[in-house]
Amino acid sequence: MSRYLDDFSLVDFTINALRVVIIVLVFWGAFNTLTLPADAGRITGEQWFDLFVAGLTQGSIYALIALGYTLVYGILLMINFAHGEIFMAGAFTTVFLATWMDKIGFLNGYPFVAIPLLIIFSGFISMIIAVLLERIAYRPLRGAPRLVPLITAIGASFFLQYTFRGLYGSGFKSYPTVDILKGSVAISGFSIPIARIFVFVSALVLMGGLYWLVERTKIGKAMRAVSEDKEVARLMGIDINFVIMFTFALGGLLAGAAGVINGLYRPQGVNFFMGFRPGIKAFTAAVLGGIGSVPGAMLGGLFLGVIEAIGPNLVMTGLGIPGPNQLQDVIAFTMLVLVLIFRPQGIIGERLTEKKA
Amino acid sequence: MSLLEVNDVHTYYGNIHALKGISFTVDEGEIVTLIGANGAGKTTTLRTVSGLMKPRNGTVFYADENIHDYEAHKMVSKGIAMVPEGRGVFGKMSVKENLELGAYYRNDAAGIRQDMEYMFSLFPRLGERHSQVAGTMSGGEQQMLVMARAMMSRPKLLLLDEPSMGLAPVLVDSVFDTVKRVSQEGMTILLVEQNAHMALQIADRGYVLQSGEIVLSDSAKNLQNDPIVQKTYLGVD
Repeated sequence: MSRYLDDFSLVDFTINALRVVIIVLVFWGAFNTLTLPADAGRITGEQWFDLFVAGLTQGSIYALIALGYTLVYGILLMINFAHGEIFMAGAFTTVFLATWMDKIGFLNGYPFVAIPLLIIFSGFISMIIAVLLERIAYRPLRGAPRLVPLITAIGASFFLQYTFRGLYGSGFKSYPTVDILKGSVAISGFSIPIARIFVFVSALVLMGGLYWLVERTKIGKAMRAVSEDKEVARLMGIDINFVIMFTFALGGLLAGAAGVINGLYRPQGVNFFMGFRPGIKAFTAAVLGGIGSVPGAMLGGLFLGVIEAIGPNLVMTGLGIPGPNQLQDVIAFTMLVLVLIFRPQGIIGERLTEKKA
Repeated sequence: MSLLEVNDVHTYYGNIHALKGISFTVDEGEIVTLIGANGAGKTTTLRTVSGLMKPRNGTVFYADENIHDYEAHKMVSKGIAMVPEGRGVFGKMSVKENLELGAYYRNDAAGIRQDMEYMFSLFPRLGERHSQVAGTMSGGEQQMLVMARAMMSRPKLLLLDEPSMGLAPVLVDSVFDTVKRVSQEGMTILLVEQNAHMALQIADRGYVLQSGEIVLSDSAKNLQNDPIVQKTYLGVD
């Protein structure tokens, strides 16, 4: 008897109970939703597909930002909480270029030149800010306890937000609309908005490029070496300061590109605070996929986007919660907490070892 | 003239005075060993030469150039390679990628490919497993890999830190055979070992370190016959 009591752990019991409750709620909600009578607001297959595509679109933007978190974490074991602001900085600065391009008719006249130019410009701006941030704020703290750069990152995040607020005010700006991104195409009976295809394809191209860079090039090999063992990497002749700078640059580039892609997809809402939510969502996605893992961040982003789009409708509708789509953040952050409790290494991440934790 | 000349080097870990004025030389083509107990400063000496640590005082001359101020990553292109203690393979990368990283500073793709083939002929085991993830190999294979990886930079001076550590006795012999073979390739070797018995067998000369100071230096043969060395490090009564 006493042996059983010794083995009993309140924490384990609570976690297991939580696990059961969550699973039951999810299944019960999903069951209720799917068995709703057709006249009581049952969601049609077409609507499900639409939600899925919307989720993938949003998810690919998360994935691009999440890569920045995961790359930096992989190398420095540090969460760069200012990464959302790096996304904002590119998107915000490029709004002016895009507006000007629109005014002279270049954006709609030559969209296939103009859009890549905007993406490159924004990526470049974000890259510069990310590199400066590393050089000025993080590098001097390289040897400090891990809490110190974390707090610095939060400080840097406020610094960037209020710098942009000071420069451009707190109002909202919007990207000009691009004609070729309007409308939809029909693919085997389903209609998909072109803007979503644009987001998804651009993100895939960028992620493919990144994957190639990390897996196939010399600098990518150096990045992986530094992330495994900095000291041995130095003995191989790798300049780790350069590799770290390069990593921040890459993360910044992807975040800036995501800023424009997001802006063209959803034109409104460019303001100094716009980086916060996507930033924190992308961080969730990175943790979901397994922080430090490049494919993990990609999958995590897409997964979070889809869950966020489908989850509220599937589960919450069935549980009788009104306005489920407004509660997608609840789903996102519940996912974050659940992942941290039940699978801290993420979907495909490695287990956090003593050395890394 | 010596390839490596260490003069009165003092190195600190924070406030701990780890090397208290160490001087020694390594001539071209030699195998020189540093022996001593745990904490005597053997590893610190290698880390100072390779640039992982900076001496507070003293000079390190390599091929007539004062190198004690250089960053570790510059040393490789100078011709100094180090095999760290505990091997240090990149465990998530393949054997081939590990070897490619050894040649990181080089830009001659053809030469690198040629050297890799040569390593595979020197260590056929690595050739058989060139696409295996290095972390899943045995300790002995990993030791071969780090040795081959160090040679991929075509070093003139190879620093070996405890190559026999944690290996089964059968493998220890083969590691020392490898060291001898590498030396016959014309490389100069500075070897740090706890296994003084084996180290003195293959070395030309040796230095005995004790609490951060060199207390004895002689040819390996004489050290093997030195009564104090025999008693303290070779376990002969």
